[in-house]
Amino acid sequence: MGVMNRWVVHLDMDAFFASVEQFTRPTLRDRAVLVGGPGPRGTVAGASYQAREYGTRSAMPMSEARRRCPVAVVLPPRFRLYRSLSSQVFEIMGEVSDRMERVSIDEAFLEPDELAGSDAETVHEFASRLRARVRREVGVNASIGAGSGKQLAKIASELAKPNGTMIVAPEREPELLAELPVRKLWGIGPIAESKLHRIGVNTVDELAALHLGDIVSLLGQAHGEELHRLARGIDDRPVAERGQAKQVSAETTFDTDITDPVRLASEVASMAEAAHRRLVSSRRAARTVTVKVRDSAFTTISRSETLPMATSEPGALTAAARRLTSTTVPPGTPVRLVGVSYSGLATFEQVSLFGSPADEQRPAEEPSEEIESPGEQPEPPWRAGDDVDHLELGHGWVQGAGHGRVTVRFETATTGRGPARTFDVNDPSLSRADPLDSLGTTPAVESGT
Amino acid sequence: MKIRVERDGLADAVSWVARSLPSRPSVPVLGGMLLDANENLTISGFDYEVSAQVNVDAMIESTGRTLVSGRLLADITKALPNRPVEITVDGTRVTITCGSSRFSLPTMPVEDYPSLPELPQHAGSVTGDLFSEAVAQVAVAAGRDETLPMLTGVRIEIESDRLTMVATDRFRLAMREFTWEPGESVTDTAVLVPAKTLADSAKTLGGSSNKVDLSLASGDGLLGLSGPTRRNTTRLLDAEFPKYRQLLPSETSASAIIDVTPLAEAIKRVSLVAERGTQVRLEFSDSGLRLTAGGDDEGSAEEELPVEFTGDPLAIAFNPTYLQDGLGALKTDRAQMLFTTSSRPALLKPVGEDGEVTEGYLYLLMPVRLPG
Repeated sequence: MGVMNRWVVHLDMDAFFASVEQFTRPTLRDRAVLVGGPGPRGTVAGASYQAREYGTRSAMPMSEARRRCPVAVVLPPRFRLYRSLSSQVFEIMGEVSDRMERVSIDEAFLEPDELAGSDAETVHEFASRLRARVRREVGVNASIGAGSGKQLAKIASELAKPNGTMIVAPEREPELLAELPVRKLWGIGPIAESKLHRIGVNTVDELAALHLGDIVSLLGQAHGEELHRLARGIDDRPVAERGQAKQVSAETTFDTDITDPVRLASEVASMAEAAHRRLVSSRRAARTVTVKVRDSAFTTISRSETLPMATSEPGALTAAARRLTSTTVPPGTPVRLVGVSYSGLATFEQVSLFGSPADEQRPAEEPSEEIESPGEQPEPPWRAGDDVDHLELGHGWVQGAGHGRVTVRFETATTGRGPARTFDVNDPSLSRADPLDSLGTTPAVESGT
Repeated sequence: MKIRVERDGLADAVSWVARSLPSRPSVPVLGGMLLDANENLTISGFDYEVSAQVNVDAMIESTGRTLVSGRLLADITKALPNRPVEITVDGTRVTITCGSSRFSLPTMPVEDYPSLPELPQHAGSVTGDLFSEAVAQVAVAAGRDETLPMLTGVRIEIESDRLTMVATDRFRLAMREFTWEPGESVTDTAVLVPAKTLADSAKTLGGSSNKVDLSLASGDGLLGLSGPTRRNTTRLLDAEFPKYRQLLPSETSASAIIDVTPLAEAIKRVSLVAERGTQVRLEFSDSGLRLTAGGDDEGSAEEELPVEFTGDPLAIAFNPTYLQDGLGALKTDRAQMLFTTSSRPALLKPVGEDGEVTEGYLYLLMPVRLPG
């Protein structure tokens, strides 16, 4: 076997969901954009760089993000569109490298054969070409990091953001790793971080200097050994597409136990959304939703619900997770960990004609809603962020709706900033449109027939 | 009370009423069947949700009323030989005699039995075979999930001489419209009727050429259905049916005309390799329809069928059971399938002997697709 040095490349889309919104809705290009459920229990799935300047970030409760950044435009996620652009990016990556490992909807590792044994400059050129191609053909920015292993490549892409390239030459590895906070290492979350802080370990080289036995006793056998190797810059994990998982999940441990049922419900909802992102990026639908709760006495309780059929609708999955939470622990129980997992995975799903009436997100369980008009009140047919087609004006999106009016901005990725018009909500010339039409690849055809 | 009655008429009547009795009555009397001998024999069952009542020709020697276990009475009458049956009540026991068989059953207190609801105001009439066909065509798309009550019903809309029935379980939607004879004082209205009860009732009210009368009291939440000798009432669902008109596609871009039976048989065959509830893929082009199912892991199957197709070639996948339900509900030898894209709902319509699409029925079906 030759000893040519490895080059692992990590491509990560910049603020992917928010960037796609800005790309397909040019009015938003310089604006703060938050993508996520708009309700009080929604979480941020994506934040544009303009919104991040206000201290907002992914996975933050939407209510807090809105407080920090009141000027942000809040849009519901359009996974179908993100999925489509993500596939285009992966397709390009597949063309330039045989070896690819998708990590999520917006990031992947490559290990191109042509780069084996190259110098840093060649890798830099490769990365620049790849980023330019993604920008040109897909329309959104990506950052690229490269190094001798997956760990370094990922750290480098993080440092390269936004819209940048960072190549870590082998001789520069030790100094880069040395000063890095331990939290940046693969597999160190808030709990492991605080354990390490307690024994005075803050940086990666401090971790590398520990005896293996000490790390293992602190973080466990498998985890400790892996981290010790990574801290010393040893990372020979291969770049390879992982086998299909039997389940996808997300869980979080709290710094301090939580007892507030409202807070617990919102944490479960954000785990449901995080697991959903993994579900969507693996192109799966799930039939069974499981909520796991660990209380302050380390008792772990799981409850599952199996849906009539596999779905990837975030509303249906989150609603099931919420229902399960209330049956898992009595309200007020101190909880240290919650997790949501999806199993019974299917590679296809039966699409529904309309959302389940049971999953409609009521703004809150407050009974005050019905007071205004006990009679039949038609549901507002449009909500902000919906894709719309107008018989004459073509594709647009709902900027706002209420009081029987709806304001639509007519623009797509290919039109530049478009005009806004206001209509009656029941205007027959408006109809629901496919989010993919916002790419503008199929130009609005004058209806001549 | 003492009566003589034909065994066949009695057994039919008793088994029909027994269908609507609760299998686990909340109080014992609700598991009972009320026999009322007056000018004729009337047999009734009622569980506060559904009531069933039937008239049977009988020779009444002495009038009277009695309440007996419905399940037991149904089992006994079904097993009796085909001879005249004599029913006599003596104190707290009822005696059933037929040929050389003789049964003695305890009775339940008649005064504890709830009164059956009166039939509400007459709303209109329709022939029995049209009614039962229409209900069957629509009820197939109703939901079975009791946690979504608004989807377990058939919505009946009355608009003067037009009657519309529609049901949906979110994945498909079936709608039938026809002309009926509205009653004199009927007003336009819409109600939601439990699909299972309606389907059962429509199938068994009897007599294909007889009229079925609908009566409605939406204020009291009650629907009455009556044939020549049988009548049902059912409580309406107090839930709001989804706004469905907006789901019906206003235009389509491709159309296929195909023979129903060969397609249904082909779907049945290729789905053998697909796991339960999975998908069957349909590829339409000018050269025909190619059906495929399964994959490398579970085995695969394919079959080709002739089709009259107009439009751009299209590949679309469905849950085979839902597709079969729709094809079966058309009740014609040929079907029209209409499409827009592979991710939008497809429309199935019946095609008559003349080759023309028969308006009045449609089955809307959402496809199966890759998640995300």
